[in-house]
Amino acid sequence: MADTLVEPYDRLRQNMSRRDRSLREKVVSLEEAGRFVQDGMKVGVGGSTMSRTPMALLWELIRQRRKDLSISRCIVSTDGDLVFGSGIASHVVTSWFAQGILWGLSKVMRHHVESGEKRYEEWSHMAIGMRFRAGGMGVPFLPTRTMLGSDVMAQRPEVKQIDCPFTGEKVLLVPALNPDVALIHVQRCDPYGNAQIDGLQFMDIDLALAANSVILTTERIVSNDQIRRAPDQTKIPFFCVDAVVEVPYGSAPHECYGLYEPMVRHMESYVAQVNADPVKGMQEYLERYFYAPKNWNEYLSLIGMNELLEATQKGRSIYND
Amino acid sequence: MTEAQHYTTSEILAILSARQLQDGQVVFAGIGVPLLAATLAQRTRCPALTILFEGGVVGAFVEPGKLPPSTNDQRCTKRANMVLGSADVLLLLQRGYVDVGFMGGAQIDQYGNLNSSFIGDPKKPKTRLPGTGGGNDISSLTNMIVAMKHEKRRFVENVDFITSPGFIRGGTSRRDSGLPSGGMLRVITELAVFGFDEKTRRIRVLALNPGVTREEVQENTGFRLDFDDKLQVTSPPTDHELQTLRLLDPERLFTA
Repeated sequence: MADTLVEPYDRLRQNMSRRDRSLREKVVSLEEAGRFVQDGMKVGVGGSTMSRTPMALLWELIRQRRKDLSISRCIVSTDGDLVFGSGIASHVVTSWFAQGILWGLSKVMRHHVESGEKRYEEWSHMAIGMRFRAGGMGVPFLPTRTMLGSDVMAQRPEVKQIDCPFTGEKVLLVPALNPDVALIHVQRCDPYGNAQIDGLQFMDIDLALAANSVILTTERIVSNDQIRRAPDQTKIPFFCVDAVVEVPYGSAPHECYGLYEPMVRHMESYVAQVNADPVKGMQEYLERYFYAPKNWNEYLSLIGMNELLEATQKGRSIYND
Repeated sequence: MTEAQHYTTSEILAILSARQLQDGQVVFAGIGVPLLAATLAQRTRCPALTILFEGGVVGAFVEPGKLPPSTNDQRCTKRANMVLGSADVLLLLQRGYVDVGFMGGAQIDQYGNLNSSFIGDPKKPKTRLPGTGGGNDISSLTNMIVAMKHEKRRFVENVDFITSPGFIRGGTSRRDSGLPSGGMLRVITELAVFGFDEKTRRIRVLALNPGVTREEVQENTGFRLDFDDKLQVTSPPTDHELQTLRLLDPERLFTA
């Protein structure tokens, strides 16, 4: 695991040469996939806000009681609460951290961050994107024209402001971010990991290319033949991917484009419970929905058939004329 | 006064903000009132308005009654022209394709700097707020319209933390910081419409909202306000504006 801000290029290439990039089947169980993530790792999380969150993988990591993870994601919502509240992460790198715009501030984030117990490291949204992109490009940084002059920049010792060697203009260099592992949820992929993403792709392609390993969860596994019939829809190539898990409703209670919208009533009761008491409320929530269920299907049953069906009806309606 | 003329704070914010947009512009809109205002403008005076969302949406055409809960949800893409990655849609700002950025604000100061990160000392904050999201990127790279509630604690002389830069310390300090383009254009509140002085870059009242006095605006502001020599009075929301807005948000998700 990286002990430097930016991984030296030698090490980045050595990591890559050790990965098995052959066309091979990688389907594993959710429990096995969780074991790819070790304590202390830098974990990149796909999707954004309440969309295509790899919730099943986070759920599994919380059940396996991982520790000291450093989570990076472009925008964090209740997933940020859950990784802090469960204790699997002590550090979140993101641009925005609340429970969702409809609910205002996260009392869970506030509790953990204001006490100084855990760190919320704030970057601009585009800067996070440029960090993943630099990581995916195999360069140590990218220049940007954002964050300049602001206190968001002032409190980030990781950035360098320079005068452009060509024009003399001020630009900001943001360091590459190469997570040890990326967790990404997609609508479908084949057993090799060729992943097709419908709708909003957020930063997932850069994230997949940047990470030193990638775990995919997918709503369904399709054949390689099916992927080959529409290769333009494939957004993540198989050789980026180290494990594939089929998890229907793998983003619940968040949304997955074209399949289901956020499960709003569950989210509302979650927010009410954890904001009433960010410690005890969270413990009770985790106990009931994360630790107690025997498996993911039982978790979905607890969210409830009504919620799942309503969210599905709304999710599919995006394709209605 | 007709029944339609009773309106909420969010409604007048959305309507007056929508009036600031011009047909044919490319506007980068945040969630809430900005999304509503941009959509209202598109459905009334500006059919050729192009709306961008940070989730990666180019040319949004949000459906009445189906407002997205964030700018990263699938509803944002319905009838859009294009879907990009979120870094790529933000890079359109950097390349200069965007005429106006449109955001809400938690706290603003005399130079139009916005704070959505910390209340109190950032090292030991009283409140840790959600942070910038795309706000810093939008305000660094284009002209900004900000729609926000007018309260003394939100209108302060200097923000605790510059999350999204306005004119920083006034004068040429924004350009000198490496931000030669864009800056604060307008601030819209339920009390007034504000612009910024061309030289000092300090905020000034351009127009009072209907029925609002100078004193009222000053009393609700945490620093001394300048008033434009040609201070205007904004005309009230029309029935058409209010009805269109209410059709867009019948559940009052963003206009309660």
